[in-house]
Amino acid sequence: MIPEIGHFALALALALSLAQALVGLAGAQRADARLMGAASPLAVGVLVTVAAAFACLVWAYVANDTTVLNVVQNSHSLKPTLYKISGAWGNHEGSMLLWVLILALCGGAVAAFGGNLPSALQARVLGILALVALGFIGFILATSNPFERIWPPPLDGQGLNPILQDPGLAFHPPLLYLGYVGFAVTYAFAVAALIEGRVDAAWGRWVRPWALAAWSFLTLGIALGSWWAYYELGWGGYWFWDPVENASLLPWLAGCALLHSAIVVEKREALKTWTVFLALLAFGMSLLGTFLVRSGVLNSVHAFANDPARGTVILILLAIYIGGGFLLFAWRAQAMLPTGVFTPVSREGALVLNNLLLCSIAAVVLAGTLYPMFADLVLGEKFSVGPPFFNTAIFPLAVPLIGAMTLGPVMPWKRARLFPALQRLWWAALAGLAALVLCFAIEGYRVGPALGFGAAVWVILAAIADIADRIALFSRPRAAWARAKGLPRAAWGGALAHAGMGVMILGLAGMGLATDTLRLVKPGESVALAGLDYRLVGVADAPGPNFSARRATVEVRDGDRLVTVLAPERRSFPVARMTTTEAAIHTNWLADLYVVLGEERDGGAVLRIHHNPLAPWIWLGAALMALGGGISLSDRRVRVSAPAAKPVKAKGVKAGARA
Amino acid sequence: MTRKSRRLWMLLLCALGLGSATALTLSAFQDNLVFFRSPSDIAREAPTADRAFRLGGLVETGSVVRETAPDGKPEARFRVTDGAHGVPVTYAGVLPDLFREGQGVVTLGRLGPDGTFRASEVLARHDESYMPPEVADALKRSGHWNPNQGGPPPAATWNTLEPASAQPRRGS
Repeated sequence: MIPEIGHFALALALALSLAQALVGLAGAQRADARLMGAASPLAVGVLVTVAAAFACLVWAYVANDTTVLNVVQNSHSLKPTLYKISGAWGNHEGSMLLWVLILALCGGAVAAFGGNLPSALQARVLGILALVALGFIGFILATSNPFERIWPPPLDGQGLNPILQDPGLAFHPPLLYLGYVGFAVTYAFAVAALIEGRVDAAWGRWVRPWALAAWSFLTLGIALGSWWAYYELGWGGYWFWDPVENASLLPWLAGCALLHSAIVVEKREALKTWTVFLALLAFGMSLLGTFLVRSGVLNSVHAFANDPARGTVILILLAIYIGGGFLLFAWRAQAMLPTGVFTPVSREGALVLNNLLLCSIAAVVLAGTLYPMFADLVLGEKFSVGPPFFNTAIFPLAVPLIGAMTLGPVMPWKRARLFPALQRLWWAALAGLAALVLCFAIEGYRVGPALGFGAAVWVILAAIADIADRIALFSRPRAAWARAKGLPRAAWGGALAHAGMGVMILGLAGMGLATDTLRLVKPGESVALAGLDYRLVGVADAPGPNFSARRATVEVRDGDRLVTVLAPERRSFPVARMTTTEAAIHTNWLADLYVVLGEERDGGAVLRIHHNPLAPWIWLGAALMALGGGISLSDRRVRVSAPAAKPVKAKGVKAGARA
Repeated sequence: MTRKSRRLWMLLLCALGLGSATALTLSAFQDNLVFFRSPSDIAREAPTADRAFRLGGLVETGSVVRETAPDGKPEARFRVTDGAHGVPVTYAGVLPDLFREGQGVVTLGRLGPDGTFRASEVLARHDESYMPPEVADALKRSGHWNPNQGGPPPAATWNTLEPASAQPRRGS
């Protein structure tokens, strides 16, 4: 009964979305206040019905209802409860439902907190969000119904893929989808602005927090996914330039460009057309990511068996939303008159440069991801593009990007000179250079890591120098505390996010110096790596809830001192007939000691040992970036509509009338 | 700066960004494309040793030998086949969890002058029933699967060299 309720709730959500789209768009076009007023309650209705459908699916999983096909294919009664719940979105149908649930949440948020928006803009945004929801709910109902029944019911389910039986699954997809779908809101704002033919500071004030929130969630989601792959796949790597990973990086790059150019719209009313374009692009990349992951066209380490027929439907949806958005852009972009004027050397100029570089990197990643697919489809040629391609192509673009991200914040708006900006950062530059030389001195001629360390120190110190400069820490130290309290949170958040990027580069540079070894050892024998001794004590059986494991005990010693005891495992899952390796990781923040247990034979066991310097800093840096985004979101400016809204609106109307 | 000249500047900058991205992409493509070769492709025309490529097919039944090099490094030797031809492969590393005889496999490495493929990576898959598309294509080309006669059988039954050893497993 409950799965039918879920199915019905989803169908109801489809109908409500249709109503919301019609009421919102038609109401705004006719300036009918009654119709526009109906859009918000309808958005709440969509949220309630989709949430009900999602709750029904989770219930089917928790109760292990084997009459539901989706549960049979992806769950098992012996699975721990946490994985029963997270298993609900560990498959195609469930994850699409989660996607729609988050979209409905965004719609509900615009309805609930959008009271201070111009009512026509709010109605149009809700209408466009409903159009997106309409497509995807229709897609779920037509091709991937999670509530499909199976009769007679099998005795038990087939189990969830063991690699997914991890707390990572509980958080990684929701965070990632919050990022992907958050860009649907900026997309809706962009399309609404194109329909109305105006973009003003009030629009920027709404778009920037949404872009910032979506970007922060996406940062966390990608970082969590990378960390999960790091400890679960047992390869000792954190990023493989795999198409699925690239699919999440593309909206991140576009979103990063968007949130920076939205600052310019909000503060200076310049770059309007460009910001609208980026908003369309960011959501386009999100949809492309969904298409790539969900359609089965990809050949990826993270890919699962998929149904290509669904890919066609997602491709059609992609074409409608993105093609439609860009058509509208081509038709209406002229209507938005640029107002703010600036010289090339200014903060706006640095932000433009940052935007261009981010988009160029996105273009490179896109080409590297899609070209093998095109070549396969069109030329019938099979090849792949690996990490060397991305590393060589992206590196020359990343260097000026780092320059722009450090110089930009210390330059004034409108008009700046390069030399005073450099003067403020001279000690950061000096320290960066020192780090570079130091790395060469210690590690020998390793160009990549040395440049990475130099860049990391330069970025972190430039962010600190920026803050020190703003609170006049050195020129007037006594007033510094008072000035620090008065500094807007957006400035703190921005500096923290930039420093987080520096911390991440530090981790990447450290990983450039990683070493590993592979050895067959008998109990009592030891392997030396990076100055540490790894001694295999023994291998024993270790039972688990739905698997049986072989667990090795490895003592790590530094000379005579016992550093830690690691216990890597090999787990075999009888239901899925699969074996997974569980790496054992010990971190002291300077390096990760990472041990993987391979097969056992000849009375010994194969051990793969990695020494990964500074590895945790990669994810710490990403977390700092997201935290910076969060602090920036808590800025007073975001919550309170500024008094400047009125004259700006009047100007916008004029621009609209002229169009 | 007038609006017109500013727009010109913007366009120039955009063209510069896009142009450099294109140039970088093309030059990186030239050196870093990794082609896929099936054992039959190699029998027809052996690639040179200086270029890495991906070799894919089925792990030949009974060909897997795991041994230990004198320095304690484990090494695996096996043959990759597409039914028509086979290529010997050596790999120093931990084989992925799903590696077994009769399964589809994709390896990355270089072909030595003695005709042995030295793999630096053996690609793992998440899913037991998953057949790498390149391998499916190679099997089609070598005449071991005719798509006109229906979809591909489950991955575990693909070992045409010794069908008896392939036990039917759970399809997806």
